[in-house]
Amino acid sequence: MQERRLASWKIGGEQGQGIDSTGEMLATVCNRLGYYIYGYRQFSSRIKGGHSNYKIMIGTEPVASTSSELDVLVAIDQETIDRNHHELVEGGILVADAHFEPVVPEGCPARLLSVPLTRIAQEVGSPVMRNVVSLGVSAYILGLPLEAFKEVVMERFGRKSPEVGEQNVAALEQGYAYAQEHLPELAWRLAPGDGKKRLIMMGNDAVALGAAAAGCRFCAAYPITPASEVMETLMDILPRYGGVVVQAEDEIAAITACIGAGFAGARAITATAGPGISLMQEAIGLAHTAEIPVVIVDTQRGGPSTGMPTKHEQSDLWALLFGTHGDTPRIVLTPSTVEETFYATAEAFNLADKYQCPVFVATDLSLALNKQTVEDLDIRRIKIDRGALLTDEEIAAQAEPDGFRRYRITESGISPRPLPGQPKGQYLATGVEHNEFGKVSEDPKNRVAMMDKRLRKVPADPAALGLEGVTYSGPETPDLLLVGIGSTVGPLSDARKALEAEGYRVGHAQIKVLAPLPVQQLSELFARAKRVLVAENNAQGQLAALIEYRVGKAMREQGQPVPPIHSLRKYDGNPFLPTEIVAEAKEVTSYAQAG
Amino acid sequence: MPKLADFKTTEKSWWCPGCGDFGVLAALQKALVDLGVEPHNVAIVAGIGCSGKIGNYINCYNFHVVHGRTLPTAMGLKLVNRDLTVIAAGGDGDGYAIGGNHFLHAIRRNVDITYIVMDNQIYGLTKGQVSPTSAVGFKTRSTPEGNIERPVRPLQLAIAAGATYVASGFSSDVRQLSRLIAEGIQHKGFALINVYSPCVTFNRVNTYDWYKEVLLNLDEDEAYDPTDRGKALQLLIDTDERVRGLVYKAPDQPSFQDLFPGYREEPIVHQDWTIPEEDFAQLLEQYR
Repeated sequence: MQERRLASWKIGGEQGQGIDSTGEMLATVCNRLGYYIYGYRQFSSRIKGGHSNYKIMIGTEPVASTSSELDVLVAIDQETIDRNHHELVEGGILVADAHFEPVVPEGCPARLLSVPLTRIAQEVGSPVMRNVVSLGVSAYILGLPLEAFKEVVMERFGRKSPEVGEQNVAALEQGYAYAQEHLPELAWRLAPGDGKKRLIMMGNDAVALGAAAAGCRFCAAYPITPASEVMETLMDILPRYGGVVVQAEDEIAAITACIGAGFAGARAITATAGPGISLMQEAIGLAHTAEIPVVIVDTQRGGPSTGMPTKHEQSDLWALLFGTHGDTPRIVLTPSTVEETFYATAEAFNLADKYQCPVFVATDLSLALNKQTVEDLDIRRIKIDRGALLTDEEIAAQAEPDGFRRYRITESGISPRPLPGQPKGQYLATGVEHNEFGKVSEDPKNRVAMMDKRLRKVPADPAALGLEGVTYSGPETPDLLLVGIGSTVGPLSDARKALEAEGYRVGHAQIKVLAPLPVQQLSELFARAKRVLVAENNAQGQLAALIEYRVGKAMREQGQPVPPIHSLRKYDGNPFLPTEIVAEAKEVTSYAQAG
Repeated sequence: MPKLADFKTTEKSWWCPGCGDFGVLAALQKALVDLGVEPHNVAIVAGIGCSGKIGNYINCYNFHVVHGRTLPTAMGLKLVNRDLTVIAAGGDGDGYAIGGNHFLHAIRRNVDITYIVMDNQIYGLTKGQVSPTSAVGFKTRSTPEGNIERPVRPLQLAIAAGATYVASGFSSDVRQLSRLIAEGIQHKGFALINVYSPCVTFNRVNTYDWYKEVLLNLDEDEAYDPTDRGKALQLLIDTDERVRGLVYKAPDQPSFQDLFPGYREEPIVHQDWTIPEEDFAQLLEQYR
C-alpha cells in the first residue's frame, strides 16, 4: 500500500451537527500521533443550520496552507456533496450518510462509500453520534490507529458521564468496523507520524497566551467574531494570576477601560474585529495624545460594516494605518503564523510601554481561527520591559511647584512617566493639547513642539524597534517577487515552492510589520527583482497601494528603477489557494517573457 | 494629614464667575481632606464639557478623557489599582446623553468608584443647547420652540438599574455635598452623586434661586429612610427628583471586586507579572 506524506480530509454538514467537534477530534488525534495539521473552518453567522465544513490538512512535514484538492470528504448531508465534490481527487473517497440517499454528481472521480451513519448511531444510542461514527470510518480510511481516537473520544464525551463516553466509543468502533468490512482494500494510507506531541492552536489562543506571558493582567472586550476566543481564553488564564477580564457593554467601553488600566500602569489588551475597530477610533486618538500604552488586537474579517462576519479578509489595513482623526504615529504588527502571533503579542506590550502609545496586533480570520501545529512556545524568550517609568525618588527630585512635567520634551520624544499612587507625580493626562505638565495649552509653539515630540517617538523603521519587518525566502535575484501579509504566508510559500519546482525563479517576502513599514528592506528586495506581485485579501489592493506609495517613492528618491508592481486581490471571503497564486504568477511572468 | 491647600492647583479657572462647578470642586476637595486621602492616591477621570475641566483645578492624578467615557475608563483604572480612590466626574450631557449606555452598565457592574455628575440641565461649553435633563418646554439654541423630549431622571434610573448608593447634591451647599461625596467614596461599590450645579450663563431658568426654592432637603426630614428602595423611588417620582441629600443606600452588597474570581488584595499594578515556566508548560498542555 502506498504511504502518503500529506492527506486532506473534510467533513461537512449543517451547523449544530457536530462538524466542528469532529474536526477538532481528528486534529487532536493527528497531533498526538505526531502529524502536522492545518485546519480550515467554513461557517456562517448562525447557531444552527447553514452549511459548514471543516477541512484538515494532515502531513508528516509542516503544512502551511489549505489546498483545492481533497482526499476524503465526509458528507452528513447532500448539500455537502454538492458544494464540495469538485475538490475530490482521483482515488479520493466520499463517505456519505446512507440516510439521505447520497447522489454523486457525474464525473466525480472519487469512490462513494455510503455508510448508514445515522442508523449505526441510533443503534448505539442516539442519532446525534453519527459524526462520531464517521470519525471511525475516517480513522480506517486514513490508516490511523483506532486506539488514539478512543482516547480523544473518551476525553471529550466521558466528561459528561462514563456511559455517554462509552456509547461514543462504541459508535467510533462501529464506524471503523463498517469501513473495514466494506473497503477491504485501500490504495494508500498516511505514513506514520513521528509521535512528537506538538501544540495545536489557533491565533486567538496565541494572542491570549502571549498577553498573559507578557504580564498583561487586564482585558476588556466585547464579543465579536472572530475575536471572542481571546477574551474567553484570558478569562480562563488571568484569574489564576490575579488578573481581571471584563466583558464590556461595547467596544468603546472596552478600549477606554483598557486605556484607564494603562494610565494606572497595568498592561491591558482588547481584541476585536472591524466593527469594533471602527468604534474604538476616537479612544485610540486619546491614547496617542495622552501617551498611554494599550494593546489592540484586530482579527480582520469581511468588511465594511457588518460585512461577512465569519469570512476571511485583510481589509482593515488602511483603517489600522490611518484610523482616528489627527496625526498619530503607528505601530502595527502583522504576524503570519500562530507561533509568530504569540511572540508578536508579547512584544506589543513592550512596545506600548516603551513608546507610550497604542500598539496594534493585526491578524485575520484564517490566522485567528484556523488551528495549526506549533512546535513550541518558549516563555523564556518573553522579557517584560516596562519602558521609561520613574522611581519615587526620581519623581521627588524632578517635581516642581507647578506640578510634574509628565510630557517633558525629550530628544527621543519619550517622556518618563509616574504612575498614579506615586507621591509628587500628580499630573493631568488629557486628550486636549497640553504643555509639559499636561495642562491645556493651545499656544502655537507648544502645539508644534508637542506634536513633533509624539511623532518622533516611534522610529521610522522596524529594525529600530527591534523587529524583523519582513522575511524573505528565494533566490538572490528572482524574476518574480511574491509579497504578502498575515496568513497569506502559507499559500504564498506553497505557491513559491510549486513554481520553483517548475523551474521559475520566484522569491517570497512576507511583511511582519505594517507600521512602521520596512521600506528599506523592501526597497532592497525590490531592487533585485524583475517584477513584484502583491497578493492580499481585500478589494482595493490596500497593501499594494501602500507599497507602491512608500517603497516606490523611496526607490525613486534613491534613483533606483522600480520594478512593475502587480496586485492580486481576493475578497470572496476565502483565503488564497496556492494554485491561484501560481496561476497569477505565471500570467504575470508571461508578460515579462513577452517583453 | 492632607490639607485643603494640598488639593489646590495654580491653574486659573476657565469656568464663568459664579459657575456651580466651583462649589462641586470645593466640596470634592473638602471630602478628600475629611477622609484623609493623600493627593497622589486619588485619580479623577473627567469627561468633556465645562465640568470636565475639574481635573485642571484639583491636585491629584487626573485623566481627562473622550466625551462620555469616564465610567469605563475609571473602571479600568480602579480594577488594576484598587488602592486608589477613583472618581469619575462630568456633566449631564457627558453622563446621560453620550455616556448613557456606560451609566447603566457601570451601575450593574458595581465597581467601587464614585461618580459625580454636575447637572446644569444645559450644554454650556457648546453655548447653550438642550441637555438630556432639560425640562420639557425649555427653550435653547437647539430647541427654539421649547424642548419636546422628556428629561432623563438619573436618580430613578440609577435606583431602577440597581445602584447601591444614590445621592443628590446642590453645589451651593458645599457642606452637605462634601458629606455626600465622602460617603459615596466610602461606600463599597458604585456611588452616584448627581449635583444640581447651575449654569449662570446659558440657563436662566434653573438658577440658584430656583433650586433654593424647589429642592427638598432630605437632611431636614428625620422620618426619611434612605434604605427603603421603594419609598426612595416614590419620593423621586413625587418630587420630580427635586431633592437633595442621601436618596438611597442599599445595605452592604458585594462589589465587582468582591465577586471577581481570583481578584487579589494586592493591586494588579504592584503584582509580580511573571508566569513561572512550569505554570506556562501546564497552560500549554491543553493544546496537545
